[in-house]
Amino acid sequence: MIKFLFERDTWQEVWDSLSKNKLRSILTMVGVWWGILLLIGLLGSAKGLENSFNRLFGDFATNSVFVWGQSTSKPFKGFQEGKRVRLTLTDTKLVEENVEGIEFVLPRNQNQAFVVKDFLSGTYGINGDFPLLDKVQKKKLIRGRFLNQTDIDENRKVAVISEDIYKQLFEKDAEMIGELIKINDMNFTVIGMFEVGNVNMGPSSDIHIPFTTFQQIYNQGDQIGWMMITGKPDADISQIEADAKLILRNLNNIHPEDKRAFGSFNLGKEFAKITGFLVGMQFLTWFVGIATLIAGVFAIGNILLITVKERTKEIGVRRALGATPFEIKRQIVVEAVSITLLAGFFGILSGGWILIGLDSAFGQGDEAVIVNASVSIAVVFISLIILIILGTLIGLIPAFKATSIKPIDALREE
Amino acid sequence: MLNIKKLHKSYPIGDSSLHVLKGIDLSVEDGEMVAIMGSSGSGKSTLLNIIGMLDEADEGEYILDGVPIKNLTEKKAAIYRNKFLGFIFQSFNLINYKNALDNVALPLYYQGLKRQERQEKALFHLEKVGLKDWAHHLPNELSGGQKQRVAIARALAANPKLLLADEPTGALDTTTSYEIMDFIQHLNDEGKTILIVTHEDDIAHMCKRIVRLKDGVIMEDVIVEQVRASQHV
Repeated sequence: MIKFLFERDTWQEVWDSLSKNKLRSILTMVGVWWGILLLIGLLGSAKGLENSFNRLFGDFATNSVFVWGQSTSKPFKGFQEGKRVRLTLTDTKLVEENVEGIEFVLPRNQNQAFVVKDFLSGTYGINGDFPLLDKVQKKKLIRGRFLNQTDIDENRKVAVISEDIYKQLFEKDAEMIGELIKINDMNFTVIGMFEVGNVNMGPSSDIHIPFTTFQQIYNQGDQIGWMMITGKPDADISQIEADAKLILRNLNNIHPEDKRAFGSFNLGKEFAKITGFLVGMQFLTWFVGIATLIAGVFAIGNILLITVKERTKEIGVRRALGATPFEIKRQIVVEAVSITLLAGFFGILSGGWILIGLDSAFGQGDEAVIVNASVSIAVVFISLIILIILGTLIGLIPAFKATSIKPIDALREE
Repeated sequence: MLNIKKLHKSYPIGDSSLHVLKGIDLSVEDGEMVAIMGSSGSGKSTLLNIIGMLDEADEGEYILDGVPIKNLTEKKAAIYRNKFLGFIFQSFNLINYKNALDNVALPLYYQGLKRQERQEKALFHLEKVGLKDWAHHLPNELSGGQKQRVAIARALAANPKLLLADEPTGALDTTTSYEIMDFIQHLNDEGKTILIVTHEDDIAHMCKRIVRLKDGVIMEDVIVEQVRASQHV
């Protein structure tokens, strides 16, 4: 059987019978070609969307939740409702120590400030940050460096600015590292410049200064603006959020059922929704693609049945000349598989072209919606294997039909 | 070569059945050239089909070259047909998308011969029927007589013991018919055993023996003086 597949005659026979009616062979192939094209095109696009999504969030610890203080909505332990809740550095530490599954907790502070450089000025968001921010929310530094521990320890007056601010406050192509800018009339040395990412989580971050410096100049004491809690990759972020809030309510004398005391944004949950959507889309793609493929393969089976009917006499002659029923069946199945595979091959090829087209139309540059739209070799192999299996199964129908007629009746057929 | 005893065959038609062969006894020796004659419905084609293993008898004995032909599976029948028999049909039955050479080589393909060997043998037989120059033509580029000659070459290709011809000249004009008969007579001269079903008297008389069927029984079985087809061409 295997040897049979490597004989020139086998393929000669297949070629003869396919090329006998070229138009019909091509029309037969359209169904499967279309199915594979859809499968490859859709899977590739879905992958491209996923890639662009991953690129957007790739620099971000997505398994995170942001928590900030608001006002209480229930009186508790002698406190009136409407008490202002401010989180503190101590809260941060205690959350980090007591909640399970946490990677790290990052306290942050923010304020608006009037910033002046020579004759140019503007109002920007000033963030008090720890160096750890760079780990949670990767900063793409174009020049210089990000904040470090020494900046924190020595309350240095240094600032890392965004590219946008550089463009607004500095002359074109002017050197910014080591230059002084005035924040609230205090001189800060610029130590780095970062590129603004595609996605900004939380308030816009224009200027980062050391957390300790921020505390000092705004007289913040222990208070923080909000905390960013990042879970370990496999930790349940919803549970972490609930646990953290429980501890925070306890620490701040807040009613256990007061839902408004803390505001939060669970990035992990939102992210999971989008990831789930992407998975759903991939599933849908496979479903649509394979359903179309099956329809296409059935079309092939249908046409082969007609072909077999038309070739009844030829099959009768072959059998009179000594072809065994097995040899006839084998030939028809090989024809079915060949035509399916050939169609599949062209489908994969044109699907690939579509992906190349998509890539050059939408896949270029930083703002690309579809990034590196592609299918893996594994997908191609899986589809080819599906095609071989479906082709064989569908080929069996006309094959049995062909040999179910006695040769004598086949020869009488006009 | 061929021995048939008390052969019966009937076909079901609705509820009743049509008794086509009602006890045929026939034996053919090596090198004979037998014409089977009869009006339509006499059972002559059925007899040929049973001899050709394309159909099976209901009752009776059929021995071909010492091998009893009985309870054949499709596979075995196919192998026997390939080994023992060569078929010539009224409507030639060439495969229209294969050229003359490939058509002749087809039974050799089913014998499992290598391509090279098949091509050589097929070409040899095509040469024998005088169509070597037409080897790469498709059937629809050939005349009726040429098609039948290709069919004869194909029947001979597997070197069968018995050649079965079902109205081989039925679709041909008289001159071409005689040419074809001339070929067949030459094959017989070389020792091939040949059975021809025909309803034409002149064709029958070009054989050496005539078996007449009527209503499923043999009416007459006579040795005749062979008329050479070449005298008419």
